[in-house]
Amino acid sequence: MKIDFSGLESSASFCDADSDLCGSFANTPSFQLPDTLDFDGFQKEAIQMVKPAKGTTTLAFIFKEGVIVAADSRASMGGYISSQSVKKIIEINPHMLGTMAGGAADCQFWHRNLGIKCRLHELANKRRISVTGASKLLANILYSYRGMGLSVGTMIAGWDEKGPGLYYVDSEGGRLKGNRFSVGSGSPYAYGVLDSGYRYDMTIEEAAELARRSIYHATFRDGASGGTASVYYVGPDGWKKLSGDDVGELHYKYYPVGPAVVEQEMAEVSGA
Amino acid sequence: MECVFGLVGKDFALVVADSSAVHSILVHKSNEDKVMVLDSHKLMGASGEAGDRAQFTEFIQKNVSLYQFRNGIPLTTAAAANFTRGELATALRKSPYMVNIVLAGYDKETGPSLYFIDYIATLHKVDKAAFGYGAFFSLAMMDRHYRSDMSVEEAVDLVDKCILEIRSRLVVAPPNFVIKIVDKDGARTYAWRETVKETPMSA
Repeated sequence: MKIDFSGLESSASFCDADSDLCGSFANTPSFQLPDTLDFDGFQKEAIQMVKPAKGTTTLAFIFKEGVIVAADSRASMGGYISSQSVKKIIEINPHMLGTMAGGAADCQFWHRNLGIKCRLHELANKRRISVTGASKLLANILYSYRGMGLSVGTMIAGWDEKGPGLYYVDSEGGRLKGNRFSVGSGSPYAYGVLDSGYRYDMTIEEAAELARRSIYHATFRDGASGGTASVYYVGPDGWKKLSGDDVGELHYKYYPVGPAVVEQEMAEVSGA
Repeated sequence: MECVFGLVGKDFALVVADSSAVHSILVHKSNEDKVMVLDSHKLMGASGEAGDRAQFTEFIQKNVSLYQFRNGIPLTTAAAANFTRGELATALRKSPYMVNIVLAGYDKETGPSLYFIDYIATLHKVDKAAFGYGAFFSLAMMDRHYRSDMSVEEAVDLVDKCILEIRSRLVVAPPNFVIKIVDKDGARTYAWRETVKETPMSA
């Protein structure tokens, strides 16, 4: 099916096919379109297919000692779990982490691109880029691709000269500075546990435990989250991976199965 | 559910905006500042799509700065409003900015002024303006109680009435608001009206 230029022909009839002015109209090069009945609907569907609904749970928060970043590791394609071991915390540079939610390829590519830009900044300015600067670079790039189907919901966490920094950046072009964020389909569940357990002055172990628990509770209720709960800590000397626990194992730790009360017992039937 | 509104008083102008940053059902942040200080005597309150709001208002702010840097004198409020409208209009038929803006300023010669600029590049100079679902409530309140030449206390009182109405009548009403004022002494934050406080960061 070729693209239909018949709408242009009415103007072409006013001038000769040979004249310089309108010659180009008569021989407009045409191009192939996909074989569908509804081209606009097809375009929309194509974008929807490429744009997964951010099936994941990631979270990050600032506390007294620095920043904790945590994520699950499940990748899902509709109802199919394509992987249980996806690295959703991306190491941009030794002092900055990014989280992945949305399209895996989009997140990985643009975080790597951000890492390159951060390194170039270091080389050009002889000092490390701030978290504010890095997140703004990413936000501007994503803003320029707005409406083209990128799906990225990420948090940039790091420690720079001003101390710990945390920004939420997404593919709609939004950028928010904050102290506590959770992104993904499991984020409402994670927010609940995170908000109620959060205190600014926690130790690193307490904060990591809070993060681990929030991810676990989100994976318990959200079908698109699961796998392992990874917890990273970002301090003044850079990031460090604290733990990576299978949420199945965590389940038995947090939600132990106790002896249940028997509601009804099957009794032997005497006689035939 | 974003609300932005503003009004002109005796020799000042107020711009009020809610401060929640929302993604579908999740509130990511309840203390997001949506009223940008364009320069020493101009405020731009904006509501609309997340990326557009921050990026477009920053773009206007930097251009206003650039004009002052190049020419040595600041833009008047009217000039800034018309520039903003022009940018919205140019982008409208290509990739429109989905932002609604209330622009307030104080000029030495002409006093305070308020401009209503919506996402399809409508521009009106007004005494009171409002955008968002909150507009249904705040416009009526302002129409009823507004008088020209109100003092700061009377105007803030009216703003509080509007906020109360929005809080009690709008389903999913934003919990927190920021009030900014611009007068001969400049543009600054006047107050926050918070019902949900963010966890304090210091131990």
